[in-house]
Amino acid sequence: MSTTATAIGVSSKRGIWGGGNEPLKASYGKLMMWFFLLSDIFTFAAFLITYAAIRVSYPAYSGTMDAFQGSNEYWPIPELVFDAFPFFHGVHMPLVFVGLMTFILIMSSVTMVLAVEAGHRNDKDDVVKWMLWTLLGGITFLSCQAWEWSHFIHGSDNGAVLTYVNSLNQVVTETIYGANLVVNEYGPAAFAQLFFFITGFHGFHVTIGVVLLFLAFYQAAVGVYERRGHYEMIEKIGLYWHFVDLVWVFVFTFFYLI
Amino acid sequence: MAAQENKTSLEVIPRDNAKIMKIWKTAGILLAITAVEFLMAFTMDRGLLLYFLFIVLTIWKAKYIMMEFMHLGEEAKPLFYSIIVPLIFLVWLVIALMREGTDIFMLRW
Repeated sequence: MSTTATAIGVSSKRGIWGGGNEPLKASYGKLMMWFFLLSDIFTFAAFLITYAAIRVSYPAYSGTMDAFQGSNEYWPIPELVFDAFPFFHGVHMPLVFVGLMTFILIMSSVTMVLAVEAGHRNDKDDVVKWMLWTLLGGITFLSCQAWEWSHFIHGSDNGAVLTYVNSLNQVVTETIYGANLVVNEYGPAAFAQLFFFITGFHGFHVTIGVVLLFLAFYQAAVGVYERRGHYEMIEKIGLYWHFVDLVWVFVFTFFYLI
Repeated sequence: MAAQENKTSLEVIPRDNAKIMKIWKTAGILLAITAVEFLMAFTMDRGLLLYFLFIVLTIWKAKYIMMEFMHLGEEAKPLFYSIIVPLIFLVWLVIALMREGTDIFMLRW
């Protein structure tokens, strides 16, 4: 079937190289979005593989879970670092908050597919409804990440006593609370650097995604796509939004679980 | 102008409940796999087996997101392969950098 169908008539004057036909039966925008995402997959993969490489270059924590104390001598166990939850100060709730964040992002991906599905049916009311839910999910996720970062930077009540080289090139021993790019109470400096870099780059993608979602929501609501005759923009932004979810699935595994 | 105004009202196709149910089913699978990962993080001992299972489950989730949510499976085959096949390069990056990291570990400790 695919070989006989000439979806967009190729005029005999211009031929197949003259434009006006769709390669791979995908529109220009969708095709370019896919190739952009492919390049972004490589970027994120490079980050995560770098994380793995730096992690194996440090010794793993070998003591018992109860006696865990952050140190720049060994790599920390993530579930003992990320164990806080808003409004439950001092309660040990390992990975509950990131679990919630994962849930929120997957759910917003689901409402996005529902918006795309509604777009295929030209159902403006459904598109607007599901885009609004997706937008809400995206903003909630970003807010969660802001809290997560803030908690990571401020640190625990007790901190950790570390010996390290400070920014003035002096070797100092002091109690460290929280994290910055030079030193952190959880593990080697590279641990916090990678945390900021990888979740930050992902958060940046989410931020761009939220802006695009708002744009699509607004244009759908005022009827731009209805006048245009199709809802393909929802599909293209949907691809991007699912990609953000896809990356988070990997960040969740490599940063928080392993 | 009149012809343009006529175009503004697109015909709305009614909902296909089977399709929508499939989306929610995929969502259920994704959340269930995440729940299993969560459970494994607290019940199993840390080690290569656990890491291997985590990676398998993650790639399984990625497959669902790409095929069901992003509809990659429904695209033309050349497009499908031009997205999937380049990912093979990552295999080498994993091997090279893990080897590099292990060697740095040997040098330092």
